[in-house]
Amino acid sequence: MAKNKKNRPVAEVNSGSMADIAFLLLIFFLVTTTIANDKGIGMLLPPKPDPNDPPPDITMNQRNIFKILANSQDRLLVEDEPLEDVTKIKDMVKEFVLNFGNPDADDILVYNSLPSTMKATVNTVGKRPDSSDGPGEAVVSFKADRGTSYELYIQVLDQLNGAYNELYAERAGISVEDWRIIDRKDPVQKELYDMARKGIPRAISIAEPNKIGG
Amino acid sequence: MSKFGKKSSTSQEIPTAALPDIIFMLLFFFMVTTVMREVELMVRQDLPKAVQLQKIERKSLVSYIYIGEPRKTDLYGTEPKIQVNDVFVEPKDIVRFVNTEKDKLDEVLRDQITMSLKVDIDTKMGIVTDVQQELREANARKLLYSSRKLVEDI
Repeated sequence: MAKNKKNRPVAEVNSGSMADIAFLLLIFFLVTTTIANDKGIGMLLPPKPDPNDPPPDITMNQRNIFKILANSQDRLLVEDEPLEDVTKIKDMVKEFVLNFGNPDADDILVYNSLPSTMKATVNTVGKRPDSSDGPGEAVVSFKADRGTSYELYIQVLDQLNGAYNELYAERAGISVEDWRIIDRKDPVQKELYDMARKGIPRAISIAEPNKIGG
Repeated sequence: MSKFGKKSSTSQEIPTAALPDIIFMLLFFFMVTTVMREVELMVRQDLPKAVQLQKIERKSLVSYIYIGEPRKTDLYGTEPKIQVNDVFVEPKDIVRFVNTEKDKLDEVLRDQITMSLKVDIDTKMGIVTDVQQELREANARKLLYSSRKLVEDI
């Protein structure tokens, strides 16, 4: 009897409150933290101009530049024509980039590497001499005013990136969603990425906005 | 009769020894998947929506710049302001901010610093451009316009 009484207290450690302590910690972390949801549109700024270098003289053909202007009233001027619907830019840019008006040797290589569906599109609509000479020369220029809203700026940038992503995805034969999450560290996917981008540079030029609201 | 008697002698308690383990598991899940809110936002943040989003590859390389209308409009006015690390700054201070952020990184990674611009949709482009010019000056050229996912209706 006496032996039993002595043994009873050391038989079990009371761990019931452990759950409470863990709960307390859990609630603390739930309150103080936010789930990381950082996504966005990536962009690379041009390097700082060297003061010793003279400004580069631009000898680009006007037809190789796809001009988008946005004024302080959030109105768009695309290729010298007013445009109301932002979402139309994507198809216009795609058509502009995949135009073989006056292709050089590199552009012909690009054309030969295109899948047959894209070749068919090029053959029907993509031979206009007044549009870009070829994907290698095509540049999209976007100039916003200081008074343009950030919302419109992002919308246009989204359209431009969308146009290029759709071109690359179609060329690689995958969906746009798969293209966006392509992993460049994986050699197989890197090869696909390089293949899709070869000859079609993502030439999006963001011009410095003018000072006065237009 | 003897059978029933035997049963009543067994323990009536539900074993709760595994409960802390379950809670700890939940705790670890939340600790891993969440990040501490580093700064207290002093500007309004209604991020724009876009489709062509890309994820940040390495979180440690990212610094944040918040731009928007101040929350306390009676104190700071309604003009959009730039916030970094809990304070409002002028565009000319951005270079210094970038340099301190770069100093926190390893030497080899300094050129890969990514600036995440969290800009309110009601902001005008003027202030954003000023910040971009300063970022060019500071040689932090990788930008990310932080946006939310736009659900396309098809």
